Amino acid sequence: MAFDDLYQEIILDHAKNPRNKENLDFISEDEVHENPTCGDSIKLAVDFFDDGKLERVRFDGDGCAISTSSASMMTEIVEGKSKEEVLKMIKSFILIMRNEIESSLEDWGDLIALEGVIKYPLRVKCATLPWHALKDALM
Amino acid sequence: MVREWIFANGKSVGEIREEFPILQNKLNLSGNNSPVDLVYLDTAATAQKPFQVIEAGDRYYREQNSNVHRALHTLGEEATAVYENSRQKVASFINAENSHEIVFTRNTTESINLLASSLGSIFGPGDEVLLTEMEHHSNLVPWQLLSQRTGCKLKFIPINSDGELELDEIDNLLTEKTALVGVVHISNIFGTINNIKHIIDKAHSFDVPVLIDGAQSTPHMAIDVQELDCDFFAFSSHKLYGPMGMGVLYGKEKYLDKMPPYMGGGDMIRSVKLTGSTWNDLPWKFEAGTPNVGGAAGLGAALDYISKLGFEYISDYENMLSEYAGSLLSENNKIKLYGPVGHRAGVFSFTHKDIHPHDMAQFLDSFGIAVRAGHHCAQPAMRKLKVSSMTRASLSFYNTRSEIEFLAEKIIAAGEYFNNGIR
Repeated sequence: MAFDDLYQEIILDHAKNPRNKENLDFISEDEVHENPTCGDSIKLAVDFFDDGKLERVRFDGDGCAISTSSASMMTEIVEGKSKEEVLKMIKSFILIMRNEIESSLEDWGDLIALEGVIKYPLRVKCATLPWHALKDALM
Repeated sequence: MVREWIFANGKSVGEIREEFPILQNKLNLSGNNSPVDLVYLDTAATAQKPFQVIEAGDRYYREQNSNVHRALHTLGEEATAVYENSRQKVASFINAENSHEIVFTRNTTESINLLASSLGSIFGPGDEVLLTEMEHHSNLVPWQLLSQRTGCKLKFIPINSDGELELDEIDNLLTEKTALVGVVHISNIFGTINNIKHIIDKAHSFDVPVLIDGAQSTPHMAIDVQELDCDFFAFSSHKLYGPMGMGVLYGKEKYLDKMPPYMGGGDMIRSVKLTGSTWNDLPWKFEAGTPNVGGAAGLGAALDYISKLGFEYISDYENMLSEYAGSLLSENNKIKLYGPVGHRAGVFSFTHKDIHPHDMAQFLDSFGIAVRAGHHCAQPAMRKLKVSSMTRASLSFYNTRSEIEFLAEKIIAAGEYFNNGIR
């Protein structure tokens, strides 16, 4: 049933053992991204290589399984990519989640597990919260 | 054997449920082939409507629709009578001294905004508005806006970890600078019933008027504004089994009389010249433009409906359900319940140690159980308790013991589904 499509094994795994999740207390509370509908919050720390590519993205915050797993998978996939590439990915990811473009997450590694979210419009904001935060961190 | 509950109108819970069309429907869950029964436990967000309310609105538009207060024809008279009869019903429902102390608005939020804009227009930097940390955003943000406009200060009665007001603090917070006290009657998160009588008496000893936010109390208990002696009382129709888009601001005549209009337009004026106008009598001075007459018809029917059930019966039954829910869940060491034990009115909020409230609500939804998850429009109170969100089940007289058992069973099942620990 659709509910199991929403909470696939990969999502539960990333939610239980989030990658690149660390205590980021050194970042001010003003830089926290909040989902106004639920109060979930996230903050990001982005490290760059000398050539401007993303070395590592770390996150901290309080979120549901969907937003936590989305953040965890996002930090993995953007590693080593250029800023421009990542901004493009963010744009596509948000449009795919909102079901506004005919495209799939087939080539996005673990992130394909988030396709189940598209059927739950109220949860799309959970999945996209970390991506909005990363966009702001890069702009 | 659990005894069958009969309400003042002689009806059982089963018979009452049959009067709510939405409770007869099956829910089509996405990806699920067999529709499920709706278990509606989100009444504190908005109540379902009995057919009497739906039909009153329908009848108005089929048989009585016309504009109020101006047409001289028969329908105009009838529409005006429908509208003004509802005002009378509201006045007796909260035992107001005069029906012209009842101002119709869109909802509790608009009632409070009206008060903040109108009464608040005379506030200045030396004035203070005393609120509480328990307030819904609707009794907080209008005062923040007022504070930005006029420079008045906001102060707050604190809450403790049980979700109760620290009433001793009121003696330090209430001063000759206090211009208004605004307090929520029943907390929408904790179900706490605040001792508003105590707060009103304290405020009156400083000649300070008091606003009560009755959005959550009016569905659960009888209100007598004269006995409470509150100066303003705001509530919504839709939480009271009436239609959406109707709200009420009760105000004592002595205040409403002096307050300037909130919005300008038709119906609120006595005489209009290009350079200025004079205002209509109470309560129409505060009701600019064509009002929601169909909504008023539905609200009147809702008040009749609730009055027939009887508040003594409603509170007893809802308290029984709430205590039953508590007894089924309090033993579980993964679940934390919020609010004062044994004194929660109609709502119980909880968190599960291993499951985020969103995931919990989504899991429950997959069985047709409707609950609320999030910050419940009361972020300051949540921050104080150091929780970013909770799951809230809220109760009504149309809920049953078996629904509560189903809820408890599925809350526990959620723990297993998420493999004993997502977070």
